[in-house]
Amino acid sequence: MEAVAVVGASLAGLHAARALRIEGFAGRIVVVDADRHDPYDRPPLSKQFLAGTWDRDRLTLAPVREELDLDWRLGRRATALDAGRRSVTLDDGEVLAVDGVVVATGTAARRLPGTDGIAGVHVVRTLDDAVALRADLDAGARRVVVVGAGFIGAEVAATCRGLGVDVTMVEALATPFERVLGPAVGSVLADVHRDHGVDLRAGVGVAGIDGAGRVEQVRLSDGAVVEADVVVVGIGVVPATDWLEGSGLTVDDGIVVDETLLAAPGVVAAGDIARWPSARYGEALRVEHWDMAIAMGEAAARRLLVPSHGSPAVFDHLPWFWSDQYDRKIQLAGRAGADHAVEVVVGSVEERRFVALYGRDGRVDGVLGMNRPRHVMQLRALADERVAWDEGLARARALG
Amino acid sequence: MRVVVDFDLCESNAVCMGIVPEVFEVRDDDFLYVLQEEPAEELRPKIEEAVRRCPKQAISIEG
Ligand SMILES: Cc1cc2nc3c(=O)[nH]c(=O)nc-3n(C[C@H](O)[C@H](O)[C@H](O)COP(=O)(O)OP(=O)(O)OC[C@H]3O[C@@H](n4cnc5c(N)ncnc54)[C@H](O)[C@@H]3O)c2cc1C
Ligand code: SF4
Repeated sequence: MEAVAVVGASLAGLHAARALRIEGFAGRIVVVDADRHDPYDRPPLSKQFLAGTWDRDRLTLAPVREELDLDWRLGRRATALDAGRRSVTLDDGEVLAVDGVVVATGTAARRLPGTDGIAGVHVVRTLDDAVALRADLDAGARRVVVVGAGFIGAEVAATCRGLGVDVTMVEALATPFERVLGPAVGSVLADVHRDHGVDLRAGVGVAGIDGAGRVEQVRLSDGAVVEADVVVVGIGVVPATDWLEGSGLTVDDGIVVDETLLAAPGVVAAGDIARWPSARYGEALRVEHWDMAIAMGEAAARRLLVPSHGSPAVFDHLPWFWSDQYDRKIQLAGRAGADHAVEVVVGSVEERRFVALYGRDGRVDGVLGMNRPRHVMQLRALADERVAWDEGLARARALG
Repeated sequence: MRVVVDFDLCESNAVCMGIVPEVFEVRDDDFLYVLQEEPAEELRPKIEEAVRRCPKQAISIEG
């Protein structure tokens, strides 16, 4: 292996590049990213950066400042991959002929159809997105409508409330956060937002956004009309696989890789874009978490360096993520969902400081904490090993 | 080797504790405690992993 192209120089891609160097790879590493900015961390975009407490410099990803001897192509988009020949074509016509490719192009924010070109309608995925939203808030926006009560929308809502801005949150599901946390815990989080003054409209959709050039109001499916200076759309993401058409890779809501993160010989994928078969859960997962992007990036790099006769490691990192909203810190190890059994094992939902176990098929699938970081870490093994539900409950309660 | 945590950055999410419980502990008061400021050299790889995985880039190693 003499040259590697890393496509997507964000969290997963840069940690892959760094891991290649840590593993002793001395060849050429070309890192390509369509974004022209020095690669930055995304979680603060909806939190500290949007609030104005962190400046741009604080966002720069650590590997950027290290001497990794990378051959940068920032502001350049990959337009094609030929997996068989291991060549990557860039938008200016340059062709990178390499021996290994790390595909880490992540995801892009889903937009509301029909809102292109209406000023004041935002998504939050890139630094430019966050700067634009921040500029509208600085310019005196007083009424924000957040469409979609997912984590990013909820964080934007919390940050805006912190800035003293009126927030209406619109969610199509009857209980906000139901899809990710189930109805029981979802409603606790919904109450946290209500208590902070968010006008939560659950069970309704957006019928349209009106305004002459600039957003003025949002029409809801129940006939209500909400005045707005700014709309933030947080309705999920789509994997950035458009450039992989005809590449020879399998695309199915992300790039399909094997249990060692290999997409094709000499081609690995990592981060938000990669779908890998999880032995723990017995199904293919695509996880959009910060910690997973690092773990996958590192593992994918090591995979690339395994010779064809070697035996690569199986990847099955336990998902873990956090979300900060107001003074509440939500953490989840493993997974949770609407069809899981839920049991609070430490603390109580009344004090909004608790740990809940999520179970399915008689096993512990996830450990969720609200302002309980210590317990989540101590109990994550229950999800990691998917211990029997009753045993998990007993072990967790013994701790609380 | 000296482990240094920037407590202005640390948000006590206990990621480091999950990786090296011998060195990092978040207690019930929600503060992070560094149990050993000069841990044994054999812990270096794990501590380096904690440095990489800290969401706030709050941990550094001196020496
Ligand atoms: C606002 C926000 C807040 C978040 N908060 C949290 C949180 O609190 N906790 C948590 O666990 N996770 C959080 N996340 C999720 C976390 O940031 C992602 O999981 C992580 O960024 C995924 O990293 P990645 O490298 O796989 O993909 P991305 O970060 O999406 O990076 C992909 C890169 O590929 C580039 N790219 C795309 N297409 C091309 C192309 N054709 N050619 C060249 N380059 C291309 C893009 O420009 C981008 O830089 C948050 C995300 C956002 C947006
Ligand atoms: S991982 Fe970082 S932020 Fe989290 S507790 Fe440790 S030092 Fe603090």
